[in-house]
Amino acid sequence: MKIHYYPGCTLKVTAPQFESSAVAAARAVGVEMLELTRWNCCGTVYSLASDDLIHQLAPIRNLIRVRNEKGNAVTTLCSMCFNTIKRAGLLVNEDAEKRGKINAFMDEEDDYEGGVEVVHLLEILRDKVGFETIREKVTNPLNELRASPYYGCLLLRPEEIGIDNAESPTVLEDLLECIGAEPVDSPFKTECCGSYQTVDKVDLVIEKTRDIISWAARNHAQCVVVSCPLCFFNLDRRQKDLAEREPGAVLLPVFYFTQLLALALGLEVDVCGFDKHVVDPLPLLSSKGFV
Amino acid sequence: MEAKLSFDTVHSDFVNKVEELSGQDLASCYQCGKCSAGCPIVEQAETLPNQVLRLVQLGQREEALQSKTIWLCASCYTCFARCPRGVDLSRVMEALRQMVLRSKIDHVKIPELSRKTIEELPPIALISNFRKFTG
Repeated sequence: MKIHYYPGCTLKVTAPQFESSAVAAARAVGVEMLELTRWNCCGTVYSLASDDLIHQLAPIRNLIRVRNEKGNAVTTLCSMCFNTIKRAGLLVNEDAEKRGKINAFMDEEDDYEGGVEVVHLLEILRDKVGFETIREKVTNPLNELRASPYYGCLLLRPEEIGIDNAESPTVLEDLLECIGAEPVDSPFKTECCGSYQTVDKVDLVIEKTRDIISWAARNHAQCVVVSCPLCFFNLDRRQKDLAEREPGAVLLPVFYFTQLLALALGLEVDVCGFDKHVVDPLPLLSSKGFV
Repeated sequence: MEAKLSFDTVHSDFVNKVEELSGQDLASCYQCGKCSAGCPIVEQAETLPNQVLRLVQLGQREEALQSKTIWLCASCYTCFARCPRGVDLSRVMEALRQMVLRSKIDHVKIPELSRKTIEELPPIALISNFRKFTG
């Protein structure tokens, strides 16, 4: 299958390994991700103030680009882009008055009539490709890799856009199990990492990182698996801050789910971009014989 | 939390404004505290999330707008997912932040951020932070 793909800013700047591993892994299981020829920043957070329509323009413009390229659906990798664009799309699907105002404000674009579906790559893998199909294509099973899924917030909440149960999701566990890894539960898997507080309240994010990583380690996980580039930055980079403050703190490598999927599918290790990590994942991966 | 109520401190127009901006029915909240029980930043909050909502219910404009809790909230929607009354507290927090930001008081002063900080952070961190914390 082919699907239009909205990358968002961060995958082009600090998280290229998410994109390269995702595009390669998707292709290997029969999904061609076609990057939109034109796109803009979605605004990263969904506007929550009821009178703030101006910030709905950015995500809606991207949905118009999908329509312009004859698409009915678009996929994203970043949880924040997914959340923002999907919610903005729902808002204008359901509220004709706001949709009319937004269309009236935009000069250059075609009017948006609603209806473009926003899907996360995890949903495509689960619902279109099927995890059993993926299992059959695994050539390098990640046997005995104890991996703790970390969902964060914006893939799951609010419920109207969540890709899985908000309190007890399993999609990452199910995928990990298919590629041979051993999913490890953690009580912090759906708790916020501190998100954008990482700009001006670093201490708060270091605390959240300690909670999330230490509980995964306490449950004998060897790594943490994420789908959001901000969760990745916080959990990976803030572990370095944590280690400077608390020598001896247990550090765990953090992976995008697509990196582990690409490895298990036997793809070139270069697509995984493991050199972009702060906590080096290679010692773990080579000790298991995966690379 | 202790708040003294008097005609001097109660602003009923403030209650209406927050309801309008947030789209939430504030009287729905019966102060069960489930939002605070599950809030990931509650350890840092001097005023608990449910107490912020209570201050708004009581029209305590100054106390609500001066609460540091509204700047600790990261819009993770855990409170909304668990609220038995369906109140989206993250929208109430956003309304309160917006009321401060629209009076031209930024919470984050961009010129004060170091070049190193800005260069290291992913774009989504900076953009979302500035969207939430600057006017």
